[in-house]
Amino acid sequence: MRRLLFILFLILTYATGHSQDNSDCLACHEDKTAKTTKDGKTISLFVEQKRLSASVHAKQKCIDCHVDLKGSDFPHTENPKPAQCLSCHPDAVKQYSESLHGRAKAKGDPLAPTCKDCHGNHDILKKKDIHSATFPLKVPFLCGKCHKEGSPVQLQRNIPQSHIFENYSESIHGEGLLKKGLTVAATCASCHTPHLVLPHTDPRSSIARKNIAATCTQCHMGIENVHRKIIKGELWEKEAHVLPACVDCHQPHKARKVFYDQGMADSDCMKCHSKSIKSSRDGHVIQVDQSELKDSRHAKVACSQCHAAVNPSKVRPCESITKNVDCASCHAAVGEEYKMSTHGKLFAKNDKNAPFCAECHGTHHIMGKKDSRSPIFPTNIPILCAQCHEKDQPAARRIRYNDAKLIEHYSESIHGKGLLKSGLTVTATCTDCHSSHRELPASDPNSSINPQNIATTCGNCHSGIKEKFMKSVHSPDITKTTKQLPICNDCHSSHLIKRTDQNEFKLGVMTTCGKCHEEITKTYFETYHGKVSQLGYTKTAKCYDCHGSHEILPVNNPASLLSRQNVVKTCQKCHPGANRRFAGYLTHATHHDPQKYPWLFFVFWGMTILLVGTFIVAGTHTLLWLPRSLQWKKQLREMEAKAEEEEKNNENTNDTGKE
Amino acid sequence: MSNKVKLQFQRFTRTQRVLHILMIVSFISLALTGMTLKFAYTSWAVFLSHLLGGFETAGNIHRFAATIMVGIFITHLADLIRMKKHELHSWKALLIGPDAMMFNKKDWEDLVASLKWFLGKGPRPEYGRWTYWEKFDYFAVFWGIFVIGSTGATLWFPEIFTRVLPGWALNVATIIHSDEALLATGFIFTVHFFNTHLRPEKFPMDIVIFTGRMSLEEFKLDRPLEYKALVDSGELEKYLVEPYQPIVIQAIQVFGWGALSLGFFIVIWIIYAMIFAYR
Repeated sequence: MRRLLFILFLILTYATGHSQDNSDCLACHEDKTAKTTKDGKTISLFVEQKRLSASVHAKQKCIDCHVDLKGSDFPHTENPKPAQCLSCHPDAVKQYSESLHGRAKAKGDPLAPTCKDCHGNHDILKKKDIHSATFPLKVPFLCGKCHKEGSPVQLQRNIPQSHIFENYSESIHGEGLLKKGLTVAATCASCHTPHLVLPHTDPRSSIARKNIAATCTQCHMGIENVHRKIIKGELWEKEAHVLPACVDCHQPHKARKVFYDQGMADSDCMKCHSKSIKSSRDGHVIQVDQSELKDSRHAKVACSQCHAAVNPSKVRPCESITKNVDCASCHAAVGEEYKMSTHGKLFAKNDKNAPFCAECHGTHHIMGKKDSRSPIFPTNIPILCAQCHEKDQPAARRIRYNDAKLIEHYSESIHGKGLLKSGLTVTATCTDCHSSHRELPASDPNSSINPQNIATTCGNCHSGIKEKFMKSVHSPDITKTTKQLPICNDCHSSHLIKRTDQNEFKLGVMTTCGKCHEEITKTYFETYHGKVSQLGYTKTAKCYDCHGSHEILPVNNPASLLSRQNVVKTCQKCHPGANRRFAGYLTHATHHDPQKYPWLFFVFWGMTILLVGTFIVAGTHTLLWLPRSLQWKKQLREMEAKAEEEEKNNENTNDTGKE
Repeated sequence: MSNKVKLQFQRFTRTQRVLHILMIVSFISLALTGMTLKFAYTSWAVFLSHLLGGFETAGNIHRFAATIMVGIFITHLADLIRMKKHELHSWKALLIGPDAMMFNKKDWEDLVASLKWFLGKGPRPEYGRWTYWEKFDYFAVFWGIFVIGSTGATLWFPEIFTRVLPGWALNVATIIHSDEALLATGFIFTVHFFNTHLRPEKFPMDIVIFTGRMSLEEFKLDRPLEYKALVDSGELEKYLVEPYQPIVIQAIQVFGWGALSLGFFIVIWIIYAMIFAYR
């Protein structure tokens, strides 16, 4: 009976020429009991007008979506097509149809979601509406419907990640969204896109390796600035293949501020590399000792972070690797320095002897500089550098140092002894002066050992001395001259730095100062202090005893050790009884300068004339005497002989007389 | 006849001989240690300085020897006074007597006659007890003690001397001290050596200064005037003594050779340092 009435009603309305209004549809679909059976399932045909009018489609006619029912008679076909979204949302629908979801649907996968599975049907709300199924806060639950652990999708379809929903909830994104209600936090759709959901192996995917940076930077816009020390920002998009992708460090779904153990990717690599396999390129063994790796500084770094450009879609993901590991992709600042260095420049020129990162730091067993087993542990550095820089080694042959035995000399120097004999790891080793990554020849203005920079380099440790030095006459800040001013290594030498309290330095310092102060040193050696020093007497006044060492000031500066105020005190250091007159001793006197030192000049020449005069007179006397003396000797001999003969004769006569 | 020993003429007293031996030791010590400083720029000086126990020890030796030499000088002056008191009895005899050390007219005549003899224009002059060159050597020591001694003291105690003297006086003292020392060593080790030891009739050395005695024959020829005077006055017998045992003579010769060699070494070193290594 009821059915009969309904049909009648429909006929009536149609007959009255009514256009197909929503009310026409609702006439039947308002009935809460309206049902139909499809594929053996009972489906309610009830449409709640209140919800429909609250939805984004409130002003839409039913037939706008249910287009196949347009103009059809009551009652329409029992199997109408699903509502279509295409006419209004062509882009979204197109993307959907290209997506994993869409393609699965096209293949007839019963688990594949359609528009309404996510968006709903008659009650679709704006995504900003808190009640919307696509409101950010709800997105994880929406996706989680299918992708939570144990769901048919997770169990039956090839989804490489597990515990997606749980991991996401604990991630910084999930926590922000779900615990703190930050609706701007990334949801599933932020990374996977709402409609064009594709596997990461698909190059069009938002999570494909080369697109990941672009995807993440949608929100993390300034991230390259934060990562500058680690990754040079611009390279991210330009050279995504050489750099680790965001997810290499910040794993998908688990992203937090801390890095997580990367398990899966590494285990993939180790499938092959735990065995003793050989490189197809050059035949070297490319087995990785995992215990070494675990012991290294990179224990928590995934293989693919260094061996970038892996392509997980291939059977051998490493097949796509063409370049050696570039540590600069993480250690960007260091990499820049290295490029500037002689090592880096030679490496860029394909010099086979040029060291790259691994030559000094090792490969999988990289250890920090504080680990005594590390080749870059301070006491090991001289040995490390010696490998190339020792005599007859490649670098030594290329550079041809002034100091051929520099490693040996370093070991004998105060630094070398401190480091190698006393084990003082704070002592300067090669890298402290030459820098670790930016070593350059001294002639290069950027070099840490360039004359301009040496004081700063030494001052890194000898800071107090640098301060004094910069106030002294030798400082370029004080003395403006075109001549070259002395720098630390002019007096202390570079590799053969002597202990200043040892004789070799004490006696050598005069020659050192004399390199520039030629005249004054010469005259120093003419006076007592200088002569005594030549005999190896180290307690005598040496240049620095009177002038000071790093703090040398001009004599007219009242603070100078030799100013009128201080000179007596300076002499008293060695001569306790010194007085003002005593200080008038000419420590750099010469008797060759009549203008400056007339007294010395005339006394010297007076003495010389006396000496030469005496020798001329006495010498002449002697030389004249010599021939006459020879003659006299002959005469004496004759007389002697005669006397002896006479004596003998006398004796003989005596003897005969006796007889 | 074999037990009859030929007596010798005694020329020097025991005091004089001891003083001369001490003089040789202190003089050579002073010369060696002083020259290491003067020629500090030669490797020889550095070697010698180390051999002598380093610069400080060399300096101590130098000052010790200087003290000895001043002691010798004072002892000699005391000896002169003793001589005046007990033997000569007057200043006049000491200063201008025939055997006095003071220069006199005879020395001038001897010098002129010697030069004539050298040039073959006259006979060998008849020298007396002290020849003019011996007197020159003698007074050279007085001069040297005064000049080198005073400047040496100044350099030894500069802090005291500069209470009066200006600082640069130390520089002047250094020049005088070292150049006068150079003159002294140079003179002793060449001129004095020749005059006393190396001249052919005495070659290789005259050990009279150590033994104090010489053969009568030699005395007669070498100092005819003194010999005549002693014979005339009949005092010759007073000066005749027995000679030393050969073993003593040998010891003396060893010492003499040592002193001579050191002297020659120093001369060669000076020449090397001043001509070949000078800078």
